[in-house]
Amino acid sequence: MSIKSKLDEVWFQGASLGVVGLAVTAVLAVVYDLTKEAIAAAGERDTQQSLEQVLPQGFADNQLLKDTVKVTGPDGKPLTVYRARKQGAIKAALFEISGKGYAGPISLVMAIDTRGTVLGVRITHHTETPGLGDKIEVAKNRWILSFDGKSLDQPGPSHWAVKKDGGDFDQFAGATITPRGVVATVKTGLEYFAAHKPELLGEPLAMGASK
Amino acid sequence: MSHGEAVEGEVSLGHVVRDGLWDSNVVLVQLLGMCPTMAVTSSATNGLGMGLATMAVLIVANAVIASLRHWVSPTVRIPIFIVLIAGMVTLVDLALNAWLHDLYKVLGIYIALIVANCAVLGRAEAFASRQPVLASAVDGAAMGFGFTLALTVMGGIREVFGSGTLFANAHLLLGSHFAFLEMKLLPESANTLFMILPPGGFLVLGFLIAGRRRLEAWRGSQNAALAVPHGAH
Repeated sequence: MSIKSKLDEVWFQGASLGVVGLAVTAVLAVVYDLTKEAIAAAGERDTQQSLEQVLPQGFADNQLLKDTVKVTGPDGKPLTVYRARKQGAIKAALFEISGKGYAGPISLVMAIDTRGTVLGVRITHHTETPGLGDKIEVAKNRWILSFDGKSLDQPGPSHWAVKKDGGDFDQFAGATITPRGVVATVKTGLEYFAAHKPELLGEPLAMGASK
Repeated sequence: MSHGEAVEGEVSLGHVVRDGLWDSNVVLVQLLGMCPTMAVTSSATNGLGMGLATMAVLIVANAVIASLRHWVSPTVRIPIFIVLIAGMVTLVDLALNAWLHDLYKVLGIYIALIVANCAVLGRAEAFASRQPVLASAVDGAAMGFGFTLALTVMGGIREVFGSGTLFANAHLLLGSHFAFLEMKLLPESANTLFMILPPGGFLVLGFLIAGRRRLEAWRGSQNAALAVPHGAH
């Protein structure tokens, strides 16, 4: 009965709202703490998996996630570059960049070897139209593999476009903007690599040239 | 549906279950939770996963709100329910991400949508705030199961016509034992893209609602016909 009489009082209403808010926040804080490590580990596994996809089997023998450099990416945002090594020597740089698709940003991870040749490209996130633009996923279509072995010199800068625009890469029936966006993004990645090669591969620089 | 203050303990659990599955089905009758319904039902597996996650939240949210019902003032009940529901959805989100990560990768973006599912707040308001804990938990399970059924059927229809498959990727959701559910029913050339785009969702939902009403009308006429010779049922 005593509770019932308090229900109409403003102080009780405010206090009960406060108590519920505090209690929920406390529970969430505890669970956040409990799950923090497992979530971070799962995120690392995801990154590891997407990185392994773009490297040929047995290409690297190092722990990619442990061998990184932080640089400023082509879009001006911080970018983590992973380095693939074989017996200590750097063989390739891997990073994830985004470009514009038809329905939103398309993120992809790509691996480039020391000569600037694409080892592999995979889409990590996109919101393209199902059935049309989503053929950029390797699970749906082999198209994304057509980048393997290409570089800025081979086939040459002007060939880095879809066929409709006079380039070398196929577009899909009913979807030109999506592959055009992916081709442009991969090209951006290659150009960025070419311009920042010493930084990305960690080759010795003149002292003080980079931090 | 009861109006005004329902008396506690007045409801029978059988009635609650029937309500959730058919008579007051969240999707087909109450037309609540349309945002997740339209967003995830492009495949049967997605519909099933979203339904199960929503059912878990509904059961726990209903039980917690029912246990607090005597201490919640009607004036501040809505913010209190919303804080509780949002907190629980965040818990599910964190727990899935940490311990069932593969499933989280399939459902992750949809979990947060559960907060925006007015069916959860609707059950808190219409049922759990007036009924005992057990009845409320049963109501959450029944409503959640009805929601899951509707989403899975909708997803299945859209998937068969749109992608030619049924329960694709079910192993990600249910484990590798359920890989047998994954079927390829139509060749790629027969796919109707329209069905997995948003308009397909509205179309299928419309047909399902119409089909349910048709069935109800038919059953009503059957009962009326039977009632004459046999008297009251």
